[in-house]
Amino acid sequence: MILRVNDLSVRLGGSRILQGVTFDVAGTGVTALLGRNGVGKTTTLRAVLGEVPASGTVEYDGRPVLGRATHKLVRDGLAYVPEDRCVFAGLTVAENLRLAERVPDPDYDLVHELFPELKTRAAQRAGTLSGGQQQMVSIARVLLNPNRLLLVDEPTKGLAPAVVTAVAVVLARVAERVPVLLVEQNLAVVRRLATDAVVLEAGRTAWQGRAADLLGDAEATRSLLGVGSTAGRH
Amino acid sequence: MSTVVLLTLTGLGLAALYFLIASGLSLVFGLAGVLNFAHGLFLSVGAYATWSVAGSWGLLPAMLLGVAAAAATGALVELVLIRPLYTRHTEQVLVTVGLSLAGVALLQSVWGADARVFPRPAWASEVIGVAGAQVPADRFLLIGAAVLVLLGLLAFLRYTRYGLVIRAGVENRAMVSALGIDVRNAFTLVFAIGGALAGLAGILGGMYFSAISPGQGASLLIFAFIVVVIGGLGSVAGAAAAAVAVGLLQQFVNYYGTAGAGDVSVVVLLSAVLLLRPAGLAGKVATA
Repeated sequence: MILRVNDLSVRLGGSRILQGVTFDVAGTGVTALLGRNGVGKTTTLRAVLGEVPASGTVEYDGRPVLGRATHKLVRDGLAYVPEDRCVFAGLTVAENLRLAERVPDPDYDLVHELFPELKTRAAQRAGTLSGGQQQMVSIARVLLNPNRLLLVDEPTKGLAPAVVTAVAVVLARVAERVPVLLVEQNLAVVRRLATDAVVLEAGRTAWQGRAADLLGDAEATRSLLGVGSTAGRH
Repeated sequence: MSTVVLLTLTGLGLAALYFLIASGLSLVFGLAGVLNFAHGLFLSVGAYATWSVAGSWGLLPAMLLGVAAAAATGALVELVLIRPLYTRHTEQVLVTVGLSLAGVALLQSVWGADARVFPRPAWASEVIGVAGAQVPADRFLLIGAAVLVLLGLLAFLRYTRYGLVIRAGVENRAMVSALGIDVRNAFTLVFAIGGALAGLAGILGGMYFSAISPGQGASLLIFAFIVVVIGGLGSVAGAAAAAVAVGLLQQFVNYYGTAGAGDVSVVVLLSAVLLLRPAGLAGKVATA
């Protein structure tokens, strides 16, 4: 297991957002972190990354990480693709990528192979890109460096169907190299990418197992995710 | 015509002073989110350090010492007092206000409350004829220094790694950390840069007013804050444009209006900008 989360709790502004989240992330493939809106998926990623104060234990590659500074975790290969992309709007595409370089020989070959458009738009300000293009920048930033685990938060949110497919293809390629913990609402993407799944409910782990088992169980899908088991099936 | 030229160049000289103070203040607030009321102390440290050794060292080495002392003070304040308080904004204000008051009191206890005559190069006391106006040469010194600082800061922000980190951090410092960058180093750097620029402003202000006093930093800081807000938090170019607007407005209204009307007109300009363009002239984007 590359990541072990045990009894993770987060309290923000007097509210208990997470109340004992527990799950493991395998060292290969994609683990989907699922659940209805507001159950604490994004907060879980941010707590693992040290962006919000949390209690419980989180072991990354066998070492406890709660309390460590975010930038140190990222330097140890725990990369983050945030919800809503968070590109630096006033910086150019090239500057966004240059800022993310952590190693002497960043993998621009991979980035330009997956996202050739970023090469032609290098001098364009990231704030003027479309949502799909911004998502490319956001994913490309983490692909420049060697990573041991990617935390990817809703990468297809708000994107056109064709772009969603393109993002899913890229994530599938990425997952061949490095394990991914993926927060995703689009069950078609989950069905395509995920080997394992974790479902949160009201700040707690409600289910963990094989993604195919969850998505093949109509009753579980309906009760845990609020959608029919055929949702996202093409 | 000659009056307009004189007022313009005097206003630009004042604007240069405001810009030197406001640019560092703006970067500190834009990146670190710290409203630094102790920024005037950096100005006083630069001015008094220069004044105290200028007689024995000569003016230029003394100026370098003043700038270095102010930069070191800025970095030290960030490391020792501000760093533990980044998530506690009320305490930040209390500490920086307290430091500002303590700094003035310390200067008064060491050198007294009276203004001290500040040394200046002989040529700075001369006047230069421009389109019929007799303009004191120190105006050109201030304007030239501010232009050089502006160009240097823009180049630093645009072409260096730290500049890139600062520009990104002004937009979203949590995301900068999430890219594996220790943004706290950039915080220390902008405090040091802000301190150095404020120290330079203290020295040039001493030449402009021909004197320095313990309270000078605090009084100039008020207008620097106004410049920061009008220019847009975190924007160096915005601070430059706002400083020019404030300096010129103050000079012209003071001359053509009643005494003190210049300060009131600056507050009116601030109100108008806050109403019509709350993010300031440049919004919250560094260098743009």
